[in-house]
Amino acid sequence: MAQPPIKNNGRLLDQTIFTKFLFCNPSIMIFLASLGLFTFGVTILCEGFGLGLISTSFVKTLGKTLCFCIIAIAMDLVWGYCGILSLGHFAFFGLGGYMIGMWLMFARTKLIVIEAAHNALLPPTPAEINDAVGAQIFGVVGGADIPLIWSFADLLWVQLILVVLVPGLLAFLFGWLAFRSRVNGVYLSILTQAMTLALSLYLFQNESGLRGNNGLSGLQYLPGLEDVPQEIISIWFFLGSAFALALCFLGAMVIVKSKLGNIIQGIRDNEARVRFLGYNVEGYKLFVFTITAIMAAIAGALYYPQAGIINPAELAPIASIYLAVWVAIGGRGRIYGAVIGAAFVSLVSSYFTGGQAPDIPLGFGVLRWTDWWLVLLGFSFVAVTLYAPNGIGGFFDRFNRSGDV
Amino acid sequence: MATSRSLLMYLKCLKLSFLGCCMLIFSFLNTLVFVPSAGAQTFENLLAKHAPLIQRSSSKTVAPVLGEIVEFGGPVVQKFLSRWRSKDLYFLMESNQFAYTQDLGDDRIKLINVETGAAFATVTKASIKQIKPNSGVRAKISASLIPFLLASADPKERATSLDALARDFNESHLALLDAAITTETNAALKRRLERAYRFGLIGFGRDEDTVVAAIHELEGDLSLETRAVLNPLLADKLYVAATLPEGINLARRIIPGKTTKLTDGAAGRRSIIGGAPAELSVGAAYNMLVDAAISPALVSIEARNAALADAIKDGRIGVEKAAGLNNETARSAAYSRLVLNGSATKMVDKEAIQQAVDEAVFYAVYDNPSKKIVTAAQTTLASIEGQVNLYKAIDLLVDGLSLASICFLAAIGLAITFGVMGVINMAHGEFIMMGAYTGYVVQLFVPNYTLSLVVALPAAFAVTFAAGVVLERLVIRHLYKRPLETLLATFGISIALQQIAKNIFGTQARPLTSPDWLDGALAINDVLAISNIRIAIFVLGVVFLALLIFVMKRTRFGLDTRAVTQNPAMASSMGINPDRINMLTFGFGSGIAGIAGVAIGLFSKVTSELGSDYIVQSFMTVVVGGVGNIWGTLAGAALIGTLQKGIEWLNPSNTLAAQTYMIIFIILFIQFRPRGIVALKGRAAGD
Repeated sequence: MAQPPIKNNGRLLDQTIFTKFLFCNPSIMIFLASLGLFTFGVTILCEGFGLGLISTSFVKTLGKTLCFCIIAIAMDLVWGYCGILSLGHFAFFGLGGYMIGMWLMFARTKLIVIEAAHNALLPPTPAEINDAVGAQIFGVVGGADIPLIWSFADLLWVQLILVVLVPGLLAFLFGWLAFRSRVNGVYLSILTQAMTLALSLYLFQNESGLRGNNGLSGLQYLPGLEDVPQEIISIWFFLGSAFALALCFLGAMVIVKSKLGNIIQGIRDNEARVRFLGYNVEGYKLFVFTITAIMAAIAGALYYPQAGIINPAELAPIASIYLAVWVAIGGRGRIYGAVIGAAFVSLVSSYFTGGQAPDIPLGFGVLRWTDWWLVLLGFSFVAVTLYAPNGIGGFFDRFNRSGDV
Repeated sequence: MATSRSLLMYLKCLKLSFLGCCMLIFSFLNTLVFVPSAGAQTFENLLAKHAPLIQRSSSKTVAPVLGEIVEFGGPVVQKFLSRWRSKDLYFLMESNQFAYTQDLGDDRIKLINVETGAAFATVTKASIKQIKPNSGVRAKISASLIPFLLASADPKERATSLDALARDFNESHLALLDAAITTETNAALKRRLERAYRFGLIGFGRDEDTVVAAIHELEGDLSLETRAVLNPLLADKLYVAATLPEGINLARRIIPGKTTKLTDGAAGRRSIIGGAPAELSVGAAYNMLVDAAISPALVSIEARNAALADAIKDGRIGVEKAAGLNNETARSAAYSRLVLNGSATKMVDKEAIQQAVDEAVFYAVYDNPSKKIVTAAQTTLASIEGQVNLYKAIDLLVDGLSLASICFLAAIGLAITFGVMGVINMAHGEFIMMGAYTGYVVQLFVPNYTLSLVVALPAAFAVTFAAGVVLERLVIRHLYKRPLETLLATFGISIALQQIAKNIFGTQARPLTSPDWLDGALAINDVLAISNIRIAIFVLGVVFLALLIFVMKRTRFGLDTRAVTQNPAMASSMGINPDRINMLTFGFGSGIAGIAGVAIGLFSKVTSELGSDYIVQSFMTVVVGGVGNIWGTLAGAALIGTLQKGIEWLNPSNTLAAQTYMIIFIILFIQFRPRGIVALKGRAAGD
């Protein structure tokens, strides 16, 4: 009964069982097929490779949306399946972005500095290059020294490890503290919100060594790839995001459909009962919390090079609450629901707030969507919570033969 | 035209003849009173003698003139000086005479004698010249006026003259002050005079013992001026020498890079972890040696690099390629070869710097040569400092209390709804905002700020109470079994309300002006001043605490609410309608948020984001305090308020850091008391 779930996971990765797993869950096939079709379509139509019907900025928007889908999957795992309403996953998203942003900014500035020093009489020493880079990056916050946390910013592979390690460790530490003392329910939500607020306030300070409220910028330019146009880079990031989304979707499905997934859902439905059955509830929760934090961080690391800029405001608690809104509108407890919710709400939001939506003339005035969209979103969200707790995903439930969500 | 000119001529003649008469009388008087002195004079004569300088003088040339005028003495001089200063003095060219004037209208001006105060002629504006001293001269005149004003009968005039005197104090004022102290009857003014006299003694006293006594008398005086007078006595300068000289008022010996300057002027050892940096770095110490011509000048890294760059010819230095100079060792080696060639000066290396610094003696000497005075200033300052710190601690406590009251006001409504119904209301912050905007709107219609405040408080309660009841009926009632979804649904309400407020009132901040009586501050002394608004908010918090306790413990509604909190099913079977109680409780909690909104709006700008600034803090307060208990919220608010101010005090430059650390503290605190400070026990705890 209480077999270690890891062993099951190991077997699932076996080839034959894996194909069986796919056939048992047609939703995976459907999802991967539609994602593939979508990616193929965008690649064909984009400016970089294909017909040029989709502008580069829209490719970036689509790529960013895919990243939102990844973090929505993480949110669905931790909330929809494990019952932990975390209001802090955007903090991990942002941290992942910061980690990759440090390399992007440092390496690029260093290249610029070396280029500028090309004509100097004396070739620059490493210390001089570092000083110049420090002055370039930290000039805006009134410093010139490179803080300690930037020690490895020159090495891509270290920063890539840090993308996983820093948010993972933070989530582990926070989760360990919180779950250990049996903080749950709304208390846990508020505590995660507090953590997010603390982190964003910390990053707002210049002393944090991450340029305070200026954040990191110029992230869309990849060091060493100055000659490659943004059209090409954007489509590569889009494809990378799509690939990461597919992997995360598969990984999430593997977790959900395994015995581990059953226990996690058991914890969601009745934590005390699962504990009395002898399971280490805290361990499972901690595992889910940490693994989803890492997923969020990876999504962030893919998102911010497409967004080009990151600042502490992105980590504000409100972003994490919006994340919960996406997942709730998409439908909790079904991984594809989270993806649909994130994609739908974020795309519709950018449509309405971007000023493209036509204003509606009323008798007494004009209804501007840029002003009233949030009101509509807020009230429709209340309506969804009240009348359609299954969200958009609820419509798809009738096609799901097994009905085991 | 012609008639007016003839009139003018006539007037001039009249005036001249009159003046002639005056002159005659004056000379006669002179001979009568001051018979022996040939130079003895009337005030008019004195002025006539200095007429050119009075008319056109600079702050430098006017001093001797002023001296003579002041020496003349009497109320006549005071009046003359103040008229001169206020550009109310006129000069008649023909008679070489000064006069005051009185405008009669119709271009006619009555002339008034400076000495006698009698009107003596009526002229046109064109015939007289206004004296316009520049600001430097006016300052000098003001200084000369001080003695007259100090003796004035009006206490206000005496006080302002004392202020003027303090700004520009010189030795001659000492005797003046001494005299003024004995005659002064106003106690407060007398204290000020005494203090000014002591300051004067400290600044200009000749006798060491009187100065020391004056310093000691200042003990317990917390004003900034006192500290500003005493601190310069402890000023010192750094010197360097081969050996320590004798007969100096030594403050401390300095070991560069090792010792720090303590507040009393002594040297302290620098601690390894944190603490103040060393007073004098080794580099700065070496620069002092260079300035004192004891050691040779340094060759800076930049100078070295420039020398190297100069030496490059065809991409080479000598035989070596310049491209190889991309690290420090290569550059140093190349430069030492230049030194060997004789084309550059030798660099002073680190060891040589350290050795030179070690061999010299660095020390600080007090500017004041008297050891006694310095010691007296030190002890007095130390005692003042102690009291200042005490009052600062009180100030901090008051600060913490007022922040705690704000936390309490903002959170108590949330605590009620959370505690009674287990419902998290994310829109609570927007109810606070609604209350603040209600106050703003009321002010638009009621211009009297005090009255509008009286109207706004119940109005805010009514508006938010209604909003709360509507929210409860339409949304929350359907979600009682799903607390997490309540959180999300109310968040939806929150973003909608925030955006609606933005659409109605715009993004710019709206003022909620507090009445005048709330603007001032209760000044205990120079260190401690408690602003009235903080006191008012504290009082409001206390009133609300009392009111809540009364409602909860002494009314039927409170009894019902407590019953529903403890066990809804049992309460229902006892004939209480939990549905109704829930609705009223939610409305009540929201109403309190509205009142908190008015209070918060008084000291911060009203924007649509006002609520979201307070919501997380309110949650913290509730969670830390413990749910479902007024005392818990109070404890939580007190903890958060004082703690945040305490952290801010440790690191005053950074309120963001204080908030960060406080949240981390709360996260850790929850580890030890997951249910808050005041946790409900037994069945009431739920779960």
